[in-house]
Amino acid sequence: MLYREAGQFKTTYAADQQIFPIRQDRIGIIALLVVAFIGVPLFASEYWFSAILIPFLIFALAAIGLNVLTGYAGQLSLGSAAFMAVGAYAAYNFQLRIEGIPILVSFVLAGLTAAGVGILFGLPSLRIKGFYLAVATLAAQFFIVWCLTKFPWLSNNSSSGVISTQKLIFFGHELTTPVEKYLLVLSVVVVLALAAKNMVRSSTGRAWMAVRDMDVAASVIGIKLMPTKLLAFAVSSFYCGVAGAMYAFCYLGSVEPDGFSLEMSFKILFMIIIGGVGSIMGSFLGAAFILLLPIFLDVALPFVADLFGLPFASATVSHIQITVFGALIMFFLIVEPHGLARLWQIAKEKLRLWPFPH
Amino acid sequence: MSKKIGDVILDLQNISLRFGGVKALTDISFDVREHEIRAIIGPNGAGKSSMLNVINGVYHPQEGRIFWHGQERKNMEPHMAAQQNIARTFQNIALFKGMTVLDNIMTGRITKMKANFIEHALWFGRAKKEELEHRKKVEEVIDFLEIQHIRKTPVNRLPYGLQKRVELGRALAAEPSMLLLDEPMAGMNVEEKQDMCRFILDVNDQFGTTIVLIEHDMGVVMDISDRVVVLDYGKKIGDGEPDEVKNNEDVIKAYLGAGH
Repeated sequence: MLYREAGQFKTTYAADQQIFPIRQDRIGIIALLVVAFIGVPLFASEYWFSAILIPFLIFALAAIGLNVLTGYAGQLSLGSAAFMAVGAYAAYNFQLRIEGIPILVSFVLAGLTAAGVGILFGLPSLRIKGFYLAVATLAAQFFIVWCLTKFPWLSNNSSSGVISTQKLIFFGHELTTPVEKYLLVLSVVVVLALAAKNMVRSSTGRAWMAVRDMDVAASVIGIKLMPTKLLAFAVSSFYCGVAGAMYAFCYLGSVEPDGFSLEMSFKILFMIIIGGVGSIMGSFLGAAFILLLPIFLDVALPFVADLFGLPFASATVSHIQITVFGALIMFFLIVEPHGLARLWQIAKEKLRLWPFPH
Repeated sequence: MSKKIGDVILDLQNISLRFGGVKALTDISFDVREHEIRAIIGPNGAGKSSMLNVINGVYHPQEGRIFWHGQERKNMEPHMAAQQNIARTFQNIALFKGMTVLDNIMTGRITKMKANFIEHALWFGRAKKEELEHRKKVEEVIDFLEIQHIRKTPVNRLPYGLQKRVELGRALAAEPSMLLLDEPMAGMNVEEKQDMCRFILDVNDQFGTTIVLIEHDMGVVMDISDRVVVLDYGKKIGDGEPDEVKNNEDVIKAYLGAGH
């Protein structure tokens, strides 16, 4: 195979510490970006953009957010959807109330608002851990959704809190087509994913992981637990907030508080469990798995049924879809509890040695 | 040995520590001099680990005073001990299990890294420079402990003896002036113990690090330490040079058993 690091000698620490130390990986990621930015817009259909690629990228971003908090800093959270809601409503209000604010600025402000709320709901993490903390973040989930319904000011007095997002004006140009929205979302996600990777490979990330793995040892080494945990909540909520803003502005166009339900939080949690807890790439893999598999089964099952001449009603297909989906999740958890990212890593390690076993 | 033992840098006076009704430490006083190897010994439950936890601020004694370089120390948080250049290892290995050897040791230098998370996110300015500078220092520690071959291995895949060594590396990475070692040789075979002794003596000798050490292996303790303090049931029953302690009646009774 061509996947070899033989002959690639690292002569500086800088070369050894890059994100993709193996040349083939660097070529691969550049190829992937070229395809995503140039190839896909040329060939994909409108359906692909608005129903698959845009939600995939947005949920991948939210999953990165949760992964920072749960995968890296070890703080279990069930409030991701609520922080997305904060982002969505904050971006809406910034657009509404500040004349001519650029869309990206309102996304960033939405992220910062979510970060502030995240810090607030992260405060219990200073005293409680694990499942108990998960219950505390559950409070965020219910409180924020309630808040958005209860205070009409937040949704500009619309009935039951539904908001319709403003036009996406990007440097004087209105983004209307799915391709344009896709490119905006893709750019934001690529930049933020890179920033997240940089954080987790530097001392910020090491502090998070130290707190996750052994908090007593971390504090003896000199890591202040409180700022480290709260920073993880802030960064995580920022990512979820930006994802939420794009969910409203670039994907649905109109959202209601109840849309950001506990089920959505669980969905994001499943993404990181399936994709890989403590892995930025795993967030993408998990989002792809959770979002694309149902679509794939939707298409594949009737086809299989036809092939064998089985009389499947559409209701049966959707039941089978849920069953298969659940079974696959369990299969993956048993075979590889560290998620798709670890499977990918193992495959790479095997490839490196192939055709030799050791 | 020709090393120079300096002045008292840590002076503990009449330390008492209680957990509810349990008296962990009762009225213990001893001091630690610069550059020396100071051992704390005693039977299980004597309060040795509690003593270390008092020194680096994990436990706050109810009574007693602590002087660090002549200054009285108020109750402090553990991370402040790190800022005062006190590093430690743990009795049960307390490595960061999900991280590689390199990352674990890099984490040991975290108080020396000043870049904030925004610089890290943008990989800009101090962030990149610091990573490289500190990597260099960390590599020196890795060389010193002879663990080059495992630097990219996640620590939970390593055997016990190497994990202990990595933990020592993480403590050393902070360039501490005082190093607290909680049973660094527990559960090791003879060869691993020899290696560990050599590292401890080298650290003491080359970097002049003051070492406070808890250990059960009497051979090792009597061999490498300059002075030994003996605890039993939270009380101090002996203090002095190894030979002195070895012949102390109370110590023999408590530690080696009345029959001897």
